[in-house]
Amino acid sequence: MQQLALILLNGLVYGLLLFMLSVGLTLIFGMMGVLNLAHASFYMLGAFLAFTVSIRLGFWAALLVVPVLVGTLGAAVERYGLRTVHKHGHLAELLFTFGLAFIIGEVVPLIWGRTPVPYRVPAALDFPLFTVAGNAYPAYRLFMMAVAVAMFLALYLALARTRLGLVVRAALTHPDMVGMLGHDVPKVFTLVFGAGCALAGLAGVIAGNAYTTEPGMARSLGAIVFAVVVMGGLGSIWGALVASLLIGFVQTASISLDMPLGTALTRIGIPVDTAVLGDLWQITIARVAPVVPYLLLILVLALRPRGLMGTRSA
Amino acid sequence: MPTRPMLSIAAALAIFAFAASSLARAEEVVRIAYIDPLSGSLAATGQLGEQHFRFAIDRVNASSAAGPGRRLELVPFDNEVSPEKSLTLLRKAIDDGIRYVTQGNGSSVAFALSDAIAKNNRRAPGQSVMFLNYAAVDPALTNDKCNWWHFRFDADSDMKMRALADYLVSQSQIKKVYLFNPDYSFGQSVERAAQAMLANRRPDLQVVGVERVPLGKVKDFTPYVQKMQAAGADAVITGNWGADMGLLAKAAQDAGYKGLFYTYYMGSSDVIAGAGTGGEGYAQITEYHANLGGPELEAMAAAFQAKYGNAFYYWRVVNEIDMLAAAIKQANSTDPAKVGQVLSTMVQKTPLGEAAMRPDNHQLLQPMFVSSLEPGTKFTFPENKMGFKTISRIEAETQRQPTTCKFQPPA
Repeated sequence: MQQLALILLNGLVYGLLLFMLSVGLTLIFGMMGVLNLAHASFYMLGAFLAFTVSIRLGFWAALLVVPVLVGTLGAAVERYGLRTVHKHGHLAELLFTFGLAFIIGEVVPLIWGRTPVPYRVPAALDFPLFTVAGNAYPAYRLFMMAVAVAMFLALYLALARTRLGLVVRAALTHPDMVGMLGHDVPKVFTLVFGAGCALAGLAGVIAGNAYTTEPGMARSLGAIVFAVVVMGGLGSIWGALVASLLIGFVQTASISLDMPLGTALTRIGIPVDTAVLGDLWQITIARVAPVVPYLLLILVLALRPRGLMGTRSA
Repeated sequence: MPTRPMLSIAAALAIFAFAASSLARAEEVVRIAYIDPLSGSLAATGQLGEQHFRFAIDRVNASSAAGPGRRLELVPFDNEVSPEKSLTLLRKAIDDGIRYVTQGNGSSVAFALSDAIAKNNRRAPGQSVMFLNYAAVDPALTNDKCNWWHFRFDADSDMKMRALADYLVSQSQIKKVYLFNPDYSFGQSVERAAQAMLANRRPDLQVVGVERVPLGKVKDFTPYVQKMQAAGADAVITGNWGADMGLLAKAAQDAGYKGLFYTYYMGSSDVIAGAGTGGEGYAQITEYHANLGGPELEAMAAAFQAKYGNAFYYWRVVNEIDMLAAAIKQANSTDPAKVGQVLSTMVQKTPLGEAAMRPDNHQLLQPMFVSSLEPGTKFTFPENKMGFKTISRIEAETQRQPTTCKFQPPA
């Protein structure tokens, strides 16, 4: 029972973190149709800027200022870069963001160096909040979860319940009509791209100090956010949330299972011939845990190509 | 009188040729390819190594330790800890005329390099390459898979584990041990050695968990720490390194895990930052730490800190470059085959005692130290105001183990 509570809690923590990291990506794709390959780079930029700002003005100022900075940079990138490329189609946009990821990846070590920077959790939140089965939970983890939930609610309400959200959604499907009605469609796109980047920056502020802020962080994040977004259904914010939590739960659960693969499959009714591939069945589930998100991704794509909550077909 | 101009031309040519040859000798440069991760999640570790090599090379160049007019030069290559990429880079280095290669991060990479270098030297003896290994510690590199051209300047993982296991067994409050290692050849050898060396040592000592994780891939170690907690482990033996070790130490602190870590690679500042004040009592086995004392080492550490802003860590890198330079000087040649002959039997006096290369497998025997993180040492880390304190010194000669290596020096 305690074991289960731990798995659920860890899964929730990890899942919400994944959501925080990937929500900006799915927002931009859903509202603009652009797959932003530089998303993880904006996340990294957020963490490094937060380090610099927090030295001078403290963590709470960084929490407010950095997303605005990264968002502004994102908006500028859209306005002066992506918009010009837009008319050449999706491939050009993809390559543009791909190049951008490399540029940010090289500029960051030029400014901050190649070693990790000492960006630390604020002292006010650096204490164990409660204990489950002898395991302490730091207050900062709860704070991270709260921010992730707030991000979800704010985005969902803004898109589904406000006039602005209506315009944004309409601009994706009927850009000409929205333009006729007197809305500045390119400006809407700039706003959306900026907002998506700001969310990545916010994730950087929050996660950079809980983990390590170093120039390799964008690359090491890379694949997992795409797995979340594709699994959830490209562009679906609900989908990103569900996929993040699913990956979070399944991965943390598999880490805590020391049962060999063969035994596990036999238990759930799939007989395994141990003569074939002998040793492979002896590998524990815990050992394959890091691959589990990608196995899930393939499974989802095979059974439901548009993702869990996706509306468009892949 | 046609002879006079001819004579003067010949004289001029002779002078010119002499000047050119002395000029060439004045600029005899020994380039060393440094093949290690300089990007990606383990870049910080590779970067720290590069700084140490630059520091060590500047030292020997300043004192012309490789002989008058010989200069060492570092050529860094980024291999992203990938064996495949390393082989491409090795090819490039050889094509560029580089004859010395050094690498340390990842025994999987070291196996690939050692193998490729042995092949290269068989096929093209005129282009022989020497491999100086400063940190890849899989024992097989100096045993079953040994190679005459490979020289290792760090103790292998079995030698380290023997020291660490002796210390752990002596701590009677530790009864349950968890083995937690990176999932590649090095981690497997640490795990094997720990199991072998802890078995039947003390009746109340048992291994309660064995686990391996992929190198540089895990972001959150909390679930793993909870497994250690659930298993009731008093101590964790781990060969994890770089960013992984830092995140592991941090996750342990955040979860309030009270067990002690027995490590190979505790000493870099991001690991210390991760452990914080909760790291008191964490132990490591190394050839160097800041509190070993001695004015020469302290001055060196201060000079390194002043130049690069990082704590001095890789004493063995300085050792490696010192020994290479001395071997080049003694052989009076930059040919790896001749330098290798000298290095093969070299005994080097260091501020910490003698370091001797074993001719039978090219493993350096040097004094090693088990130390633990304690407050109140002379030199402390700014991150947690603690420093390493020596628990035991293991003499070079006592570390000698039988080897299965059977190599032949090149003809």
